[in-house]
Amino acid sequence: MIPAAFDYEVADSAAHAVELLSRGGDEAKLLAGGHSLIPMMRYRLATPSVLVDVGRLDDLRYIERRNGAVAVGALTRHSELEHSGVLAEHCPLLAAVAAEVGDPAVRHRGTLGGTLAHADPASDLPAAVLALGGTLVARGPGGDREIAAADFFTGWFESALAPDEMLVEVRVPASTGGWNYQKFNRRAQDWAIVGVAVADGGSGVALVNMGSTPIRAAAVEQALADGATAADAAALAAEGLDPPADLNADADFRRHLARVLTRRALTAAGVP
Amino acid sequence: MSLVTLTVNGEGRSLDVEPRTLLVHALRDHLGLTGTNIGCDSSSCGACTVLVDGLSAKSCTMLAVQADGAEITTIEGVAEPDGTLNSVQQAFHECHALQCGYCTPGMVMAAMSLIDEYPDLDEAGVRSGLEGNLCRCTGYQNIVDAVLQAAATAATANAPAGSTP
Ligand SMILES: Cc1cc2nc3c(=O)[nH]c(=O)nc-3n(C[C@H](O)[C@H](O)[C@H](O)COP(=O)(O)OP(=O)(O)OC[C@H]3O[C@@H](n4cnc5c(N)ncnc54)[C@H](O)[C@@H]3O)c2cc1C
Ligand code: FES
Ligand code: FES
Repeated sequence: MIPAAFDYEVADSAAHAVELLSRGGDEAKLLAGGHSLIPMMRYRLATPSVLVDVGRLDDLRYIERRNGAVAVGALTRHSELEHSGVLAEHCPLLAAVAAEVGDPAVRHRGTLGGTLAHADPASDLPAAVLALGGTLVARGPGGDREIAAADFFTGWFESALAPDEMLVEVRVPASTGGWNYQKFNRRAQDWAIVGVAVADGGSGVALVNMGSTPIRAAAVEQALADGATAADAAALAAEGLDPPADLNADADFRRHLARVLTRRALTAAGVP
Repeated sequence: MSLVTLTVNGEGRSLDVEPRTLLVHALRDHLGLTGTNIGCDSSSCGACTVLVDGLSAKSCTMLAVQADGAEITTIEGVAEPDGTLNSVQQAFHECHALQCGYCTPGMVMAAMSLIDEYPDLDEAGVRSGLEGNLCRCTGYQNIVDAVLQAAATAATANAPAGSTP
């Protein structure tokens, strides 16, 4: 299917994009890789009147070490995360999770900023950034502000971004302690039915598709901090959660998957 | 309307399109390059795969305006001008990696990009690397064989002079 008609603007800087967004009002949307937005527009689930293309802002495509953290430009593509030498050395979890997104063609176009802003609880990279305790930098008409990943995701496909804000950077602490990502699905290329990201030997554990947002498994993290084994901590993975039910899995099966996958991820991350 | 200027299979092309025109429609309907197929409405079959600046992309999930200034390679552009097949096409031919052929243009483009991106492909790598390309005919085995054969050919071609394969 073909998207509904819209006006198309090309932003030549992040500030320009913000200006075009403010001018375009509620109906304006940023276009990054387009790999969430264009499918939605083809189904007419999204009918923006103005598309502001930020996909050409190559100065926002970078991965660099900065003050003990890794800073990633919002327009960095999944495949660039996957193959990054900086990430391989300083934050291998992020590279490994990027390699699990969709298929290679999707990873060539989709961007880190796009997948975070899209805020789909079934997406892989938001959970990784959450497990890592990342920080997102949003640029708006009034300048930049930092938003902790823990405060960023507010509901199904909803984030703390204002309609005239653009994500410009994502920062994650350098993190080379035991890590792992488990993604369970039934068909190649699909989104996770449930996924679990483990960072730094279990000090950060985040779940994919177990609620309306990516979720920190706080009970698991606490149990590990108190000395629990991987198996005992993982048993708490679904504690207090109300996961969605769909054709792939009902809520009970998702809770089961969360426990099993968390145990596998913790074990693979070297938690005894 | 928006003016889009592209290099398609090495040739400069300009076209006037509505911004909502998908790249695949620009290629097929505006430029007459119908080798690139459309197989689904959900970005999931890979029949429409082309190379954008050398990397595989689903041309049904890109606007033509997003490709302004880019270099596009479609299946029409991969064989030699005299018709000699490239190594991936040749391997598909030798391994019988197609039946109806509908998925084949997308498979070949995806395989070319895959071999470029992942130098040490093994069977598992080919299977996961082609997960975005669906074939309803072959059962995939011969496609995987063909891509492995083409990857081996590429590895030999790229080996430093003097080294033995
Ligand atoms: C076939 C297929 C399979 C996929 N499989 C997976 C998968 O297994 N796992 C997974 O996690 N994802 C998957 N995806 C989604 C993919 O990761 C998307 O690329 C990603 O979710 C969105 O990134 P994008 O750059 O394409 O964003 P776009 O589609 O361009 O934008 C998405 C939304 O974010 C907004 N936006 C984009 N950039 C910014 C920014 N910098 N600041 C503020 N707002 C912004 C847009 O306005 C839009 O609302 C798949 C997609 C496809 C088509
Ligand atoms: S037609 Fe593009 S992925 Fe199916
Ligand atoms: S050969 Fe028929 S779909 Fe692949």
